[in-house]
Amino acid sequence: MIHKYKLNGLNIVLDVHSGGVHLVDDVTYDLLDNVSPPFEEECPEWVIEKMMRFHDEREVVVCYKEIVQLYNEGILFSEDDYEKFASYSVASPVKAMCLLVEQDCNLRCEYCFASAGDYGLGKRMHMSFETGRKAMDFLLENSGDRENLELDFFGGEPLMNWDTVKQLVEYGRSREKEFGKRFRFTITTNGMLLDREKMDFINKEMSNVVLSVDGRKEVNDRVRKRIDGTGCYDRIMDRYKELVELRNNENYYVRGTFTKYNLDFANDVIHLYDEGFDQISVEPVVSEPSMGYAITEKELPAIFSEYERLADIILGHDRQGKHFNFFHFMLDLDQGPCAIKRLRGCGSGNEYVAITPEGDIYPCHQFVGIDKYKMGNINEGTFNTDIKKEFASAHIYSKPDCRKCWAKFYCSGGCNANNYIYTGNILTAHKLSCEMEKKRLECAIMIKAAKAAQEAGILSE
Amino acid sequence: MKHIITINSANLKKTAAKGGCGKCQASCQSACKTSCTVANQKCEK
Repeated sequence: MIHKYKLNGLNIVLDVHSGGVHLVDDVTYDLLDNVSPPFEEECPEWVIEKMMRFHDEREVVVCYKEIVQLYNEGILFSEDDYEKFASYSVASPVKAMCLLVEQDCNLRCEYCFASAGDYGLGKRMHMSFETGRKAMDFLLENSGDRENLELDFFGGEPLMNWDTVKQLVEYGRSREKEFGKRFRFTITTNGMLLDREKMDFINKEMSNVVLSVDGRKEVNDRVRKRIDGTGCYDRIMDRYKELVELRNNENYYVRGTFTKYNLDFANDVIHLYDEGFDQISVEPVVSEPSMGYAITEKELPAIFSEYERLADIILGHDRQGKHFNFFHFMLDLDQGPCAIKRLRGCGSGNEYVAITPEGDIYPCHQFVGIDKYKMGNINEGTFNTDIKKEFASAHIYSKPDCRKCWAKFYCSGGCNANNYIYTGNILTAHKLSCEMEKKRLECAIMIKAAKAAQEAGILSE
Repeated sequence: MKHIITINSANLKKTAAKGGCGKCQASCQSACKTSCTVANQKCEK
């Protein structure tokens, strides 16, 4: 399977099953509409005749030979022979955990999927140290031979339960040696309670920190509000800058959400860059389609064009030596994750679970409150392995829309939670998310291709 | 080649043979939390 598209003056061809990315000229681009395996030694006459209406016959013949050569090398029209690997990782250990240490929040962001922290459950709760400790024990005991254990402090707002966060980090560190493991702690915060003491602790202990902010002040403050209705931008930005500087500008993300209110979200990305951040993630809102800020199919053309504009801005900045990383355009075309990893993406419900303050276990933070997917309880010592198997079996070959999709090795079957929330089935793709993901991938691949073309001297500045 | 430039090593098939060690990060732990992005993860083998 191939996927070809034109973007930013480039003709790009992705060979889905080898991961090969090719830049082609117009003749080859058009020829690929007319040829596919099995190939003949010479270009078929009917193809030449058809192509001659627009292209030189000799060029067509040469292009055909190049296509056949790449096919023979296994990097064009390569076979899909990965399904046999889909049973790998089914009995995977649990290696990652999202701890909802605080089911409460000091902000009232309009679009919050966690409903201002309580996940729509109507109860605002703190996780006790005891429950957190048991959750960490669960991770230590169920992680098999995995040495790196990931533990994300999430909420609500985790800084509202700071003492427990600190205690749990200390507890985790105290048990690493005995189990031969290493905890990688991360934290996601809205910044409201950040002070120097917390910054120093976070920078010492957390391998990554996610700092929530949506971009420009007016964009951020329209939806990210305090309980009294005022925006939070002025309160958090200087704190974020201080924290990031103190961790040598490494291993962090400023992370925003865009909504229908800011379809010009590239301006928010640039704003964050201009404010001194170079690790930036701005992502589409997940919400009920009926909400005023919701992204629906109607917004897709504007979003596509904005992703293209952002890609162009990134290339322009790059040429001026101004580098920044936009999370959704990050792509390593040579040394990214292996094909096995790419079969089932995030690992939710299989390698990764979320724990609520009450000790309930869910496949991930987005499933919290959905009874059907409650996997057990840490305090009660229960863990439903049937649900784990269901998630382990959710891969790109068990998702009908994914197995024939060109993007399957990049998004790995999409978000199981989005699928369930929007379609009622973890195996049914949420089309709106897919369309945005595919556009992001096209832009991300184009950025790589443009840089390669620049280096090869076939693209002027 | 005159008409086609391949810009990467196109090695996905090779990674299948030796892959699946599980050492790499669970993708949702990095920054997304609401949307799936996997291909940007690093292989840690």
